Amino acid sequence: MQNLTNRSKVVSDKKMTFLEKIYLPAILRGMSITLSHFFRKKSTISYPEQTREFSKVYRGQHVLKRDELGRERCTACGLCAVACPAEAITMISAERKPGEEHLYREEKYAAVYEINMLRCIFCGDCEDACPKEAIFLTDRIVSSQYKRQPFVYGKDILVEPLDPEKRIDISARQTDAVRKFKENKKYAHNK
Amino acid sequence: MDWTLYIYKTIFLFIILLVTLLVAMYSTYGERKVAAFMQDRRGPNRAGPFGLLQPLADGVKMFMKEEIIPLSANRILFILGPSIAMTTALLTGVVIPWGGTLTIGGREFSMQIADLNIGILYVFAMVSIGVYGIMIGGWASNNKYALYGSIRAASQMISYELAMGLSIVALVITTGSLSLHEIVQQQHGMHWNIFYQPLGFLLFLTCAFAETNRAPFDLPECETELVGGYHTEYSSMKLGFYLFAEYINMFISSAVIATLYLGGYNMPFIHQLGLSPNAVTLLGTAFFFMKILFMIFLFMWIRWTLPRFRYDQLMNLGWKGLIPLAIFNILATGVFYYLNELF
Repeated sequence: MQNLTNRSKVVSDKKMTFLEKIYLPAILRGMSITLSHFFRKKSTISYPEQTREFSKVYRGQHVLKRDELGRERCTACGLCAVACPAEAITMISAERKPGEEHLYREEKYAAVYEINMLRCIFCGDCEDACPKEAIFLTDRIVSSQYKRQPFVYGKDILVEPLDPEKRIDISARQTDAVRKFKENKKYAHNK
Repeated sequence: MDWTLYIYKTIFLFIILLVTLLVAMYSTYGERKVAAFMQDRRGPNRAGPFGLLQPLADGVKMFMKEEIIPLSANRILFILGPSIAMTTALLTGVVIPWGGTLTIGGREFSMQIADLNIGILYVFAMVSIGVYGIMIGGWASNNKYALYGSIRAASQMISYELAMGLSIVALVITTGSLSLHEIVQQQHGMHWNIFYQPLGFLLFLTCAFAETNRAPFDLPECETELVGGYHTEYSSMKLGFYLFAEYINMFISSAVIATLYLGGYNMPFIHQLGLSPNAVTLLGTAFFFMKILFMIFLFMWIRWTLPRFRYDQLMNLGWKGLIPLAIFNILATGVFYYLNELF
């Protein structure tokens, strides 16, 4: 039979030599191995003081973007909810009233926008589906909770802060190439 | 009546008790750290600086846990088991010479609680009683796993105590005394018994691993086969006592090994430093504790290196390996000393 690898070893039942029989050399060799590990660099990362370096396009907790004037971009069209394979997104739309133009960019907006982080699989399809560049996944981690209810993230957590200093940077995910790809009607999901 | 001696002995007894408990407590921390470091991990480092408060946290946890005594268990023996294990573990420290003599107010005080002329036999007696703690606990649990564990413990102890005793006989031939105090005194400078009895040391060390139920001889309490062995049914601080007794035993056997084979509190070239006698004594004690700590590290090092023996391998090693070797050691030592006297 042909060998799959060259790593196979021939097993033999030869008699053990005296040194092998008294085990001590083998034990000492084993102890030298464990001792060498004793001084080796530890591979542990002390989370939360240290964090592992994330990829720039990591898909973590979502953000609902505002535009340059601080208005919410989301128009509650529901495409993200339709695209979501885990059915994690729900929303209730509302009509913008006169005097709210500084809050919402278009006439319709999401009064309630909830993502169930327990259902979410962080695939990024909502981001792909969004025609208004409103929802993005970020490199933030969804923190753990003791109960289920806090995992349903509402607008209070998802919408980015108004303060221009505290806006969430999504430039790594929203590159020109991505934008062009999303606008190309050749791909099925944009038809 | 010599009251100062009594007061000194009482205080010294308490100090030894506290030190024993402290060392055993931090052995649990040390064990976890050593294990972690040998597996490229960091070990406990959250409770206090470097995780130094971890043993305290563990102790509090043990006390807070619900205490369960199974209905089918024999209540009295169930409680007696861990008590015996803990008591005998603590009793052995009495005969160990922790240092030379201290001069306080013109009087000399020995840093040994009781200088029995049969110190070694006392150690053996205590170790043998210690196995009753495990046997009684395992039997009283009324659980097959616990019973298996205690049966293994009993047979293992009996087999290895023989080899241990025989390896000591050779040591007694070389030293000519059963008193631990005298044995240490004879090992002044670098005349450590390990250089005169290397085989005996190896045998004694192996048996000490088996006697303390440490890996690779921890069959009585293996988790994978026996669900914890003799302490399967134990919870709360009774379990804590069993685990703690193991660490005390480890500390005491390290002290016994250091006393018998590694020169005890003797430090080479200590008398050439020109220190006062009290300083020499305390330095000797510190050196003794360094030896003990090294032995404890060795215990842990071996534990995280070697896999557990199979039961028949354990018995083979004990009866067919160690006992013949020990007898050979006695014969060789005896012949050597006989010829030494002839010529």
